[in-house]
Amino acid sequence: MAAGPHLEFEKDIVELQEQIERLEGLARNKGLDVASELQDLQSKLEVLRRETYQNLRPIEQVQVARHPQRPYTLDYLDLVFSDFQELHGDRSYRDDEAIVGGWARLDGNTLMVIGHQKGRDMKENLRRNFGMPHPEGYRKALRLMRMAEKFGRPVVTFIDTPGAYPGLGAEERGQAEAIATNLREMARLRTPTVSVVIGEGGSGGALALGVTDRILMLEHSIYSVISPEGCAAILWRSAEHREKAAQALKLTSSNLLALGVADDIVAEPDGGAHADWDQTARQLQRSLAKHLSELIELDMDTLLRQRWAKYESMGAWLGEDGALDG
Amino acid sequence: MAWFRKDKKPLKATDRRDVPTDVFEKCEGCGEILYRERLAQNLNVCPDCGFHLRVTADRYLEILLDEGSFQEMDAHLQSADPLGFTDLKAYPDRVRAAEKKVGRNDAVVSGHGTLDGLPVCIAVMDFRFIGGSMGSVVGEKIARAARKALAERCPLIVVSASGGARMMEGIYSLMQMAKTSAVLARMHEEGIPYVSVLTDPTTGGVTASYAMLGDANLAEPGALIGFAGPRVIEETIKQELPKGFQRSEFLLRQGMVDQVVDRRELKDRIAVLLRHMLGAPAGGDGA
Ligand SMILES: [Zn+2]
Repeated sequence: MAAGPHLEFEKDIVELQEQIERLEGLARNKGLDVASELQDLQSKLEVLRRETYQNLRPIEQVQVARHPQRPYTLDYLDLVFSDFQELHGDRSYRDDEAIVGGWARLDGNTLMVIGHQKGRDMKENLRRNFGMPHPEGYRKALRLMRMAEKFGRPVVTFIDTPGAYPGLGAEERGQAEAIATNLREMARLRTPTVSVVIGEGGSGGALALGVTDRILMLEHSIYSVISPEGCAAILWRSAEHREKAAQALKLTSSNLLALGVADDIVAEPDGGAHADWDQTARQLQRSLAKHLSELIELDMDTLLRQRWAKYESMGAWLGEDGALDG
Repeated sequence: MAWFRKDKKPLKATDRRDVPTDVFEKCEGCGEILYRERLAQNLNVCPDCGFHLRVTADRYLEILLDEGSFQEMDAHLQSADPLGFTDLKAYPDRVRAAEKKVGRNDAVVSGHGTLDGLPVCIAVMDFRFIGGSMGSVVGEKIARAARKALAERCPLIVVSASGGARMMEGIYSLMQMAKTSAVLARMHEEGIPYVSVLTDPTTGGVTASYAMLGDANLAEPGALIGFAGPRVIEETIKQELPKGFQRSEFLLRQGMVDQVVDRRELKDRIAVLLRHMLGAPAGGDGA
């Protein structure tokens, strides 16, 4: 999974990897003993990877969150869950393939899994609209959540979208109403819910799957009210200032944990989720199991009260005495 | 998120003739020069063409509520700067400038009063305050108005005018959509009426949360209402939008609002609707 496009800040890592490969080739072909040199380089590589990924700048986090080799919703359904049965359509207009969902098992237990789905290549991306849903996608998601409620099963959502789609049809069919309805209905869904930002959490299109008892974020995922490019274009008058915008928006998982929006961070391997799908999947599985087992212990009234309190306290403002509330 | 791009139409020769703006105002609908006083008496609706000119939050409260009944709540809440956000300007400076311009702490005024004798909680947005953008203060004041409605078991009315989320508050501005929708979920469960009034313009995160969640969604004529701003859509689809796209009448046809209501009839219409939802006998004129 390490193959594929490399990010600019990974240049030194890639060079070191190539150096190791050359040395291994040399050892094979010429029968030279390079074991100690190899070991040196390997540990150098490990350190470099760790240091690079522990010190990513916000704009680099954005690049990792959007990495085309990052696992998507269907990949996690394959790696973390079993028995997945996809369910299609909103029963009203059409099936929106930018959102997928259906029954699946986690550690043997049935739950409803719903997530944004990006495509791996241009053809699939056209079908899935690059993970940008139309209103019928949000409505399909809500249909599946209500079915989970009906059968008393928990809901897990995966968030990974650049945002809602700014197109004619999406507006004609009322994407604002579809998102708003999801927010209200998720707030009162009578079953435990967990959302995980696995890549890009883009604005209202992300939040439409995100009003849940717990919000988890993969370490290198981002969650923002607007893309850094969009923010820069408006506030700095040019998308070229996206690095400043990415910094200012405080969109990384550690930012969101500090702001009290994310409840927990799922650690990624050094080198990012795209470098090691299996290890990422194991971390995610552990984290989901932990949070779900805590939530299913709660009776429904407590669960809803906690959910309401969580969302109704979001934000920061100055009160009467100038003190910071919220 | 369209609130920062100002519509700057080139000045035409006729625009430059000396119109003392304190006495006269030009109708954006038909171009007629109108006496401000007469316009105000007509609730800022052009007497000639019916165009709805924007009004301030305070004026809207006068239009909807019974005289002298309004009690403001939470006027003291002020924007914090939770992210320490600075673009070309520091966020606190933007807020101070807006406070000075509007004479209010943020983009919404909230409280309670009576409408045709019915006790109501109400929140009215003011587009002049950083484009009516929704940050923590807007979300919190609307949530508090809704909590008051829950506690008093009285209807809630929200009049929206917004360009979308206040991005200088980052993820908190997005989470105000969840916050307001969560408290509306509780009202929904309790069967307490909520009327949403959509005025020009209502876009972005406000539309995709409380503005679309009314038991009745009422739009002023000709208001721009949508999620994505028209310019963003045009840039995406690379073509011009059809005339009337995302206007109130379009939303009525598409099934997204219940009625398009003239501002001059709005108070009576809300009263009739609320009495239906409350199971109350018809009011004086409608008996
Ligand atoms: Zn006119």
